[in-house]
Amino acid sequence: MQMEGKKIAGYSDKISVAPGESIDFKVSTFKPGRYSARLVRLIHGDMNPEGPGYKEEAVACDFEGEHAGRTQLVHAGSHAIVPGSRRFAGLTDFTLQAIVWPTLPGDGEQALVALWNAGSESGVWLGLDADGALSVTLSNGRQCSTVSTGKPLLSRHWYSVAAVYDRRASTVTLHQLPHKHYARIDDSSTITETVDVAPHITEHTPCVFGGLPTAGESPIGRLYNGRIDRPRLLSAAADLSGIRWREAPKLTGDMRTDVVAAWDFSEGISTDRIHDQGPGQHHGRTVNTPVRAVRGANWTGEEMNWQHAPEQYGAMHFHEDSLYDAGWDTSFSLTVPDGMRSGLYAAHVTYEDDEDFMPFVIRAEPGATRNRMVYLVPTADYMAYANEHMPTDAPLAQLLTDQVSILGRNDRFVHENRHFGASCYDTYKDGEGVCYTSRLRPVLNMRPKYRMWLGGAGSKLWQFNADTHIIDWIEESGFGCDYLSDEDVHEFGEQALEPYSVIITSTHSEYWSKQMRDAVDAFKKRGGRLISMGGNVWYWRVAYHSTLPGLMEVRRAEGGTRAWAANPGEYYHSFTGEYGGLWRRQGLAPQEICGTGFVAQGFDISSYYVRQPDSFDERAAFIFEGIGESEKLGDFGLIGGGAAGLEVDHVDPLLGTPPNTLVLASSEGHTNRYQLVAEEILINFPGTGGEDCPLVKGDIVFFETAEGGAVFSTSSIAFGGSLSHNNYDNNISRMMDNVVRRFLNPEPFA
Amino acid sequence: MEKPDRSLAEEFRRQPIGHHSPELERILFLFRGQGMAGKFVLVEDEPFRKWRLGQLSGRRGDPVKIVSDRVFESVEEAEWEVFKRRWKIHFGEDLE
Ligand SMILES: [Fe+2]
Repeated sequence: MQMEGKKIAGYSDKISVAPGESIDFKVSTFKPGRYSARLVRLIHGDMNPEGPGYKEEAVACDFEGEHAGRTQLVHAGSHAIVPGSRRFAGLTDFTLQAIVWPTLPGDGEQALVALWNAGSESGVWLGLDADGALSVTLSNGRQCSTVSTGKPLLSRHWYSVAAVYDRRASTVTLHQLPHKHYARIDDSSTITETVDVAPHITEHTPCVFGGLPTAGESPIGRLYNGRIDRPRLLSAAADLSGIRWREAPKLTGDMRTDVVAAWDFSEGISTDRIHDQGPGQHHGRTVNTPVRAVRGANWTGEEMNWQHAPEQYGAMHFHEDSLYDAGWDTSFSLTVPDGMRSGLYAAHVTYEDDEDFMPFVIRAEPGATRNRMVYLVPTADYMAYANEHMPTDAPLAQLLTDQVSILGRNDRFVHENRHFGASCYDTYKDGEGVCYTSRLRPVLNMRPKYRMWLGGAGSKLWQFNADTHIIDWIEESGFGCDYLSDEDVHEFGEQALEPYSVIITSTHSEYWSKQMRDAVDAFKKRGGRLISMGGNVWYWRVAYHSTLPGLMEVRRAEGGTRAWAANPGEYYHSFTGEYGGLWRRQGLAPQEICGTGFVAQGFDISSYYVRQPDSFDERAAFIFEGIGESEKLGDFGLIGGGAAGLEVDHVDPLLGTPPNTLVLASSEGHTNRYQLVAEEILINFPGTGGEDCPLVKGDIVFFETAEGGAVFSTSSIAFGGSLSHNNYDNNISRMMDNVVRRFLNPEPFA
Repeated sequence: MEKPDRSLAEEFRRQPIGHHSPELERILFLFRGQGMAGKFVLVEDEPFRKWRLGQLSGRRGDPVKIVSDRVFESVEEAEWEVFKRRWKIHFGEDLE
């Protein structure tokens, strides 16, 4: 029987809760009917029949049982809204102007700036017509008149645009002025036409940027793709010199004459507010996170940091497929009872033959836990990958994996339903990289049972579900362990880690805010022990929004292994002003934290490690107890058939590997799908594949810290997939058991 | 690329994933690197058990087109079917 489409999905307002706190779950069934809900503790999400199989623990709770389902819609599309005002309503003559950089002209009608009443379909909107030419529409609710320049704008070029309405003359004039001219390209226009419709604008008519209010299912239509810089509304029919004069970033003196509003998007870049420098204070707010801290039309290239020249960053970039908060109503809630054990949980909902899981962390009760080890649930990584679309969007996907991509039900759903938003591995429809990601929407690859194209041969797991291999091993091993999310560490810093002496990380803890990285650094500096279980770790710097929950930013700046490249001049996070990109490019390579850093990747089959001379050092004896001298380590496993694979890391003293590091084992025998990462290559050279290049290997390392702590790093994403082999009786599982046991022993190292 | 020796197809059939000869790799770069329009994918009907052959249109949001009703019970079998179809597209020759 073939699988049908997705029928139920949901998300939670929080990603981590402590006993006593409550969490809301928001569910949509895509047609009416009843669904059932229950609470589970997630243990092992891998359904591969070659492994131990799916494991969860049902937990009794108040919301368990049947619920009435209903459809909750998702409305994507970034835009900004300013509430109506008497000054708008009192306009007779007016000039509506902006500087715009469209990215998809010709891809349907798109509204740039609108003073528009959704219900009566009246007002005025300046936009692009279906052919991509500048147009203005005036409506009094009964009659509607549209004037167009008839000359399409060039994609990714700046234009000064304006609509000038003269009521007495009953004319509208459109100006479309390119900032760059080409021979044989005719994209400049000033036309005046007679119109017999006076736009109907009341004090309740909002001003909207990047879309048009509608009375339909979706609140905003005619969504715009591209940038808008320095929009202004004047209460006079300005001539061209008057329009260009008001393009100054800051209006002074007589420039302010006739100004109703002069929005300055360079104010409040780190907020969801937009600022009017005009006399009426027509401030507004953004919806669905238009991209800020982007270059305006006046960017000179002399300044790369928006904080140093904010007047050159007065633009916002709008996208029809950007989504922040789905905004669904709460379907049911949970107040976490006192004494509930810490772990990774999920609200599990089922509807007909479909199901969904809404995962979240339950933290330990502050001061009450006796566990000394904590597993860091890499929620920043889950957000970076949230609803990723590479197998359907990126031609290189099947080259990376050497496999035909497999699309499950959730993959097909996010492919067909772009309004559920994309990941920081995707591009928007207009080709710009997605630098914002939110968890306030169903994230359909952050799910147990989910299989992903990037997960190599075998179980084909990546990130969230692959991480359950580690959770399952912790559970099977019997070591007491609490769980914390990245957001906890970001918010509370080292305090969140205070009860613990051992941190154990995920298969791929790649995304770190400064607060998160500093917390781990401080933990190490008080003698804390770190077990880095994955590959490609401590790699990207990220920023969380300071007021909007569940929202994260990644600027793929400068260099590194990147799914897209940030534009020059746009390397600084809009949320915090911090410089984005690889931690390595900021002089803080992963080698400083865990001894190794990203060196090669491939996504076909995994390999094994062989012991290196350092593994026979007496300092490492405890790690190899019960393991033979010439045993291959991890030549088995559910992820590509080996412990060393997908993304692997190596030592590099120049990048900060401590001088006392023991290289215990290194992988070998990788295929040519494994390639040296981009940031290791200056001049391109042949022979960068696993069969030829000596750098293509992962290093398992151990070192003691000056404070009596220690670090152990596996340096491979595939590592966790080997833990359960042979009913957990294998050299990878044994090595981990040896390490955890010693790391939990308070006896100082060295 | 000129039509390669059929022995390379046999090499692929024996081992569709893992270490390949350089000659087979060249073919796979061509096959797997193709653009999204018409790209073959597998549609999972039952995890770890059943797949069908699908094709993308290259346009975001278009449903994945199911190419045939044939159900594959191993990924290797499906990989071989895609390889044969791509061989036919690029070299005009039926394998088997
Ligand atoms: Fe990654």
